[in-house]
Amino acid sequence: MSADSAPPDAARPPAPVPVIEARGLSLIYPTADKPVIALDAINLTIDAGDFVSLIGPSGCGKTTLLRVIADLEQPTSGTITVEGMTPEAARLRRAYGYVFQAPALLPWRTVERNVTLPLEIFGTPKEDRRRRAAEHLAMVGLTGFERKFPWQLSGGMQQRASIARALAFEPDILLMDEPFGALDEITRDHLNLQLTRLWATTGKTCVFVTHSIAEAVFLSTRIVVMSPRPGRILDVIDCSDLPRDRTLDIRETPEFQRIAARVRQGLKEGHSYDD
Amino acid sequence: MTTDLLKLRVLPVATVALAVLAVWYVGALWLNAPQAIEGLNRAGQPWGSLDLVNAAFAMKRPVLPTPGQVWADFSASVINYPVTHIRSLVYHAGVTAGSALTGFAMGVTLGALLALGIVHNRTLDASLMPWVIASQTIPILAVAPMIVVILGNLGFTGLLPKAVISMYLCFFPVTVGMVKGLRSVDPLALDLMRTYNASPLQVFWRLRLPASLPYLFTSLKVAVTISLVGAIVGELPTGGQAGLGSRLLSGSYYGQTIQIWSALFMASLLSLVLIAAVTLAERLLVHGNGGRR
Repeated sequence: MSADSAPPDAARPPAPVPVIEARGLSLIYPTADKPVIALDAINLTIDAGDFVSLIGPSGCGKTTLLRVIADLEQPTSGTITVEGMTPEAARLRRAYGYVFQAPALLPWRTVERNVTLPLEIFGTPKEDRRRRAAEHLAMVGLTGFERKFPWQLSGGMQQRASIARALAFEPDILLMDEPFGALDEITRDHLNLQLTRLWATTGKTCVFVTHSIAEAVFLSTRIVVMSPRPGRILDVIDCSDLPRDRTLDIRETPEFQRIAARVRQGLKEGHSYDD
Repeated sequence: MTTDLLKLRVLPVATVALAVLAVWYVGALWLNAPQAIEGLNRAGQPWGSLDLVNAAFAMKRPVLPTPGQVWADFSASVINYPVTHIRSLVYHAGVTAGSALTGFAMGVTLGALLALGIVHNRTLDASLMPWVIASQTIPILAVAPMIVVILGNLGFTGLLPKAVISMYLCFFPVTVGMVKGLRSVDPLALDLMRTYNASPLQVFWRLRLPASLPYLFTSLKVAVTISLVGAIVGELPTGGQAGLGSRLLSGSYYGQTIQIWSALFMASLLSLVLIAAVTLAERLLVHGNGGRR
């Protein structure tokens, strides 16, 4: 992946397969006083198996970019392809699972029936639905909670259930919009660790929106630093110097600190810390 | 556990009931005293305060009958006659309940259809909602006789005119509650359904309808009580062959205050039963399905 049209690194053995490609992507919201430029000429390529974090202050367009990838928002200009298709075609092909800021579980359904909801809509047979729900609930460590209702679960468990729901139909891409933003730091650390293992075992392409530097560095293979008004990409940081197999301890390593400092520097240059 | 139930539930209710009964007896004595004194004076014998109390509590046509008199009349009409007899209050309650429930069913259907139209169609929202609200500003007492007369002319008598009046009252809370319920859906859940490319029908059955149920049941509790009011009001202009409304009407024709009060008692008992039935359905459908308590 690269921020612009940098030539692909030919030295790396397996040639990276681009999954998401944005070229000159802009999105302008018309408002009463003056139009808001949510995204301004975004160029971004995300390769298969990447874990890419979009980081920046509120209003930098990171959520908007994720929603454009998911065909939940329409860009004003520029092109974007997801698995070589338009976002709409990719959505219809069920190319991605989306995890929202809030778990958005349906309160009248059990955890299991929440996870099987997309499968029900796709018309998957009942036996298959139950098997897949069990499999993905096990993956997020929620075995034994199938019959519970969402309100009987803690916030972290609810968000894990929503991740299981996004994985249930085995999409190639996982889009996550600040999934752990509302959780306390201890729970967040725990879920980050689980998520990085999940990503390592499934090999899915992940796009992860966050405003936590530590979270972004810990999870990502690449970090995209964005700035607000207009929403732009300031910097793309490669984290491949960190091992793919990560534990919470790597946060104490100089390499981790170096990347975190560069993210912070990028945010500072984007005037993210200005009043 | 049982003592807690006694303390927390039974005791407060019983205290209020006792207070109401005490006020009722005092009121009956106060309101019936002038008539009772007149009667005692006419008898020409000397009388004491105890005689006055006894006379005020045992009048044939009291201004305010005592709870004891009402209960005696009520239980006599329930116990002494078979439920199909014209003098049985159970029979009258059944007639009223029949038209109230028919009207309730019609009102819920109409109300739900209107809500669906209003939620799914902008034009209907703009054009229908003001009329739905305006319909409830017309006093039902004025409309009821006209509905009875018009439907009677068309050959509909008996249950249907009364049910139509109930429906007229009932559909409103159902429409308002269900519009709010269908719109209460979490926007994130709607986005989620979009990422699944769910059809509008799937969104309705799996998301909008279940989300609206708690709102719907709040409305249904209001609707079921006013359907009873509608049925009773509908029985007044029909001349009163049967039903609680006709008992109220004939009671007031002949100054039978005790009969009026026992019909009122039956009416409130009936509405309690209807609300309990709706609450039970709510428990099974909403709470049984994991709705938050």
